[in-house]
Amino acid sequence: MQRQLPPNTEVLKPTTPPFWRDEGKRAIVFQVVALLIVVLVSYYLYSNTQANLERQSIATGFGFLDKEASFEIGESVIEYSAADTYTRALLVGALNTLKVSFIGIVLTIIIGTIVGIARLSSNWLISRLSAVYIEVMQNIPVLLQLFFWYAIFYEAFPSPRQALNPFSGLFLCNRGMIFAVPQAHAAHTAMGWTLLLVLVCGWFLNRWGYRRLAETGVPFPALRITLAASILLPLLVWVAYGAPTAMDVPALRGFNFQGGVTVSPEFSALLLGLVIYTSAFVAEIVRAGIQSVGRGQIEAAMAIGLRPSRVLQLVVLPQALRVIIPPLTSQMLNLTKNSSLAIAIGYADFVAVTNTMINQTGQAIEGVALIMLVFLFFSLSTSLFMNWYNKKMALVER
Amino acid sequence: MKLIRLTVLVTILSLVATGFAFAGKDLDAVKKKGFVQAGVNGGVFGFGMPDEKGVWKGLDVDTARAVAAAIFGDASKVKFTPLTAQQRFTALQSGEIDLLTRNATRTLSRDTQLGLNFVTVNYYDGQGFMVPKKLGVTSAKQLDGATVCVLPGTTTEQNAADFFRTNNMKMNPVVIESTSELAKTFFAGRCDVLTSDASQLAGTRAVAPNPKDYAILPEIISKEPLAPAVRHGDDQFRDIVDFAVLAMINAEELGITSKNVDEMLKSKDPVIQRFLGVVPGNGAALGLDEKWAYNVVKLVGNYGEVFERNVGVNTTLGIERGLNALWTNGGLMYSPPFK
Repeated sequence: MQRQLPPNTEVLKPTTPPFWRDEGKRAIVFQVVALLIVVLVSYYLYSNTQANLERQSIATGFGFLDKEASFEIGESVIEYSAADTYTRALLVGALNTLKVSFIGIVLTIIIGTIVGIARLSSNWLISRLSAVYIEVMQNIPVLLQLFFWYAIFYEAFPSPRQALNPFSGLFLCNRGMIFAVPQAHAAHTAMGWTLLLVLVCGWFLNRWGYRRLAETGVPFPALRITLAASILLPLLVWVAYGAPTAMDVPALRGFNFQGGVTVSPEFSALLLGLVIYTSAFVAEIVRAGIQSVGRGQIEAAMAIGLRPSRVLQLVVLPQALRVIIPPLTSQMLNLTKNSSLAIAIGYADFVAVTNTMINQTGQAIEGVALIMLVFLFFSLSTSLFMNWYNKKMALVER
Repeated sequence: MKLIRLTVLVTILSLVATGFAFAGKDLDAVKKKGFVQAGVNGGVFGFGMPDEKGVWKGLDVDTARAVAAAIFGDASKVKFTPLTAQQRFTALQSGEIDLLTRNATRTLSRDTQLGLNFVTVNYYDGQGFMVPKKLGVTSAKQLDGATVCVLPGTTTEQNAADFFRTNNMKMNPVVIESTSELAKTFFAGRCDVLTSDASQLAGTRAVAPNPKDYAILPEIISKEPLAPAVRHGDDQFRDIVDFAVLAMINAEELGITSKNVDEMLKSKDPVIQRFLGVVPGNGAALGLDEKWAYNVVKLVGNYGEVFERNVGVNTTLGIERGLNALWTNGGLMYSPPFK
């Protein structure tokens, strides 16, 4: 039989609090409100712009992208002429930005690492020199540096008719650096594929070598073998094809050099300015990264008899990289974004091409949107890759 | 910086929807604030540039002053905003300026797609080429394969590309945003040719280290009618700007100058009497004081005076009247009757 409660006793049930006291539900409400505000503001901006443009009968939309660009671009990695569409012109600009950013990032990391390590050198002269480099380059605005390098290129070098010719096939003048390249031949394609094959094999060889080292303690010189093979094998292919030596030598015809490959002063100045400026920052990041590795770690590594290069490779760098990668990523992004200063010295990067397009079509909103979109894409892909690399390098807790 | 500015302008353009509820009231707004905000070049000698004392000088600057003189009877009631080629139309569209007098070429697409109205041309220009004399080039048709410095402008790049394509020649452009930086580059020999509107070439040559070393080639490859522009939506304001320019041209045709305009008030010629507002009518029709044309001529001058003062043969630019002479002298400057 069930026990009866006295009639006036309160039953204590676990009551649910009202939703404004519930932290979880409150959070959802805040999220929804925030989302609503963002949507409303975007809608307001969008509809206002549309209404404005319509009222003022300003053309809108991206229809112009299919029209003929009808302007020339100074340099391009793909075929381009004034008869191509705006889309193609923009692609040329984007590829030019990509070209200078990619080469710039690679050079920046190499120079920055060397200067950063030199900064820690026990040699007084080397460490002072790199300190001066870092302090000076970090503190001069990059735009000023670009103007400086560009002025050197066009003021210091002679006109094409008096071009410097330090050795056969290379010309230096205020139109850029023009050098001879081997004439197109089937052998070169074959050599390229051979090199690729060697590198892929080398990668697997290296992994196998590491495993063997870990299991048996016997080192395997995979790197040296790959290096030797990457020179010898393509050379062998070249000889097998009959050793073609025909060169495409530049020659002065009319106003300018024809043939060969030209590196323009604009590209050189931009690359030089960006690399020298950014590598000063990277050097500081590398120095900080190396200094973050405890002194005891290095001493311990040396105590078990590792050579200094091995200490750097096996103990210092893997730990330093964890500190280096995140700020390095932001320097890479900086370099990419700073490349838009190209417009000041006449390099046809994405911003410069888009500016011309805005000038011709008058559609500034679309143009600026495209600039934002492209730089966002470049930045996000760089961060994505670096975040992946960072995760790979991060401390694995076992 | 310029990009940031452009972005800001675009943002303003999106934000000021309410501002345009008053479309058609540009004149009221100008009268209410008491001055005309004019967009000018800022860096082209003879057209729009402050002198060493900071006083704005130039043909386009004087055009804006003429508009202020017509509306307020005071040529100093104008403020100048220096703009780049790229910012200029956005600045006008967004309402940052009331009037654009910044050597802008009138074209069909700008007049329609940009929501602007161009008025009477105040300078007939055309794109030309300048080369160092030591190159030995005498015609633009000999420029195949040349490296071309292109002054930043809107139609310039396209015209140059069109000219080279039509003549089956190759060109290698170098485009730099700042006019002075590009001129330096050209004088240092980075390019074989500099191309821009002929008036700008003359201005650039005037500041060359050695102006005599450079020649402007005879070919003019484009028509560049440079005209002031206003926003769509206020026809009355547009008419005033239009007739302020025409008043200067008409004054020159009637032989009225800033010096003799007071005597001309006593003229018995009915055409002059109507023009100067001695016989009323024109002022009321435009919604202005009857003395408006008198003020324009008295305070700014007639077109001939303005031309000679800023760009004429006695200035460093040394430009002949050419197409900009009155129609009675074989030029294109022609004003409809003021009646």
